[in-house]
Amino acid sequence: MDENNCAVITLRGRFTDSIIAVREFRDEVTVTVRKEDITDICRFLKENLGYNFLVDVTAVDNMGTEPRFMMVYHLCSLPKKERLRLKAPVDESDPTIDSLFPIWKTANWLEREIFDLFGILFNNHPDLSRILMPGDWVGHPLRKDYPLQGPGREPYQGRLS
Amino acid sequence: MGVDQPLGDNVILTKLDALVNWSRKSSLWPMTFGTACCAIEMMATGAASHDFDRFGIIFRASPRQADCIIIAGTVTKKMLPVIKTIYEQMPEPKWVIAMGACACSGGIFDTYSVVQGIDEALPVDVYIPGCPPRPEALLYGVLKLQDKIMKERNSFGNALGFGERVEPAA
Repeated sequence: MDENNCAVITLRGRFTDSIIAVREFRDEVTVTVRKEDITDICRFLKENLGYNFLVDVTAVDNMGTEPRFMMVYHLCSLPKKERLRLKAPVDESDPTIDSLFPIWKTANWLEREIFDLFGILFNNHPDLSRILMPGDWVGHPLRKDYPLQGPGREPYQGRLS
Repeated sequence: MGVDQPLGDNVILTKLDALVNWSRKSSLWPMTFGTACCAIEMMATGAASHDFDRFGIIFRASPRQADCIIIAGTVTKKMLPVIKTIYEQMPEPKWVIAMGACACSGGIFDTYSVVQGIDEALPVDVYIPGCPPRPEALLYGVLKLQDKIMKERNSFGNALGFGERVEPAA
């Protein structure tokens, strides 16, 4: 079905070099793109293809693989009633990606949450500060190498009894 | 009890302590403050069918008017400074009830973001187990706190500025 998806066809034609992979699973279309072009692609999707609603921004930590992080954007077109998922790999050595705040204002707090929990830095973000954890917190708790029970505590060893 | 009670250990002192303790335990005004789902049970306890009011327990919306704080729910590390501030704003004498597994020990939230028991920060008088405790359990805990208040010594002397209140070990 992704061969028939209007947005995927248009993206393939316009951003040929940016698209890494296109995958469809249970009618959900996911387009993986290079992180350098994320703002261009999102602006094009919003202004030309009607994807006017940024539903969610999140990230995945695939520790042990390269690149380590995967940014995930869920877009929705309210007029066309269609959804699209964008992914962009982010390297651990350079954990930065451009902010979507210039396109969708809601990206402000969503990206602050990603920064807080994953430590991914967003270029051109208006206020990249912690949003969930206390302001003086050290570390990014949703990274796989962050101790679950926090630093300074013995890790859980299983039930003793 | 001790040499630091200038009014002496006599009948009149005992009566005044009892009077002060009785009036304090009969008008425990808890701070309206809930941090998680235990607060729902706390509200149910205050509502008509269980009726906190019959014990003289009236929730106050200001720490300045409260003499008891019920820690009702999970305390995150981000919330802890707020609770400490509220506790410090309450006038003496003041008591703390840890309601539910999370306030007692962190409960199921054995994670980086949750305080593993409010007794790491505040002096807890009564621990109420349960997840969440039934309103009957909360009522029982409050009655236990009333018993504890009735056992306090030198309440009257302390109110006049002589010596410390003596809280007997449970």
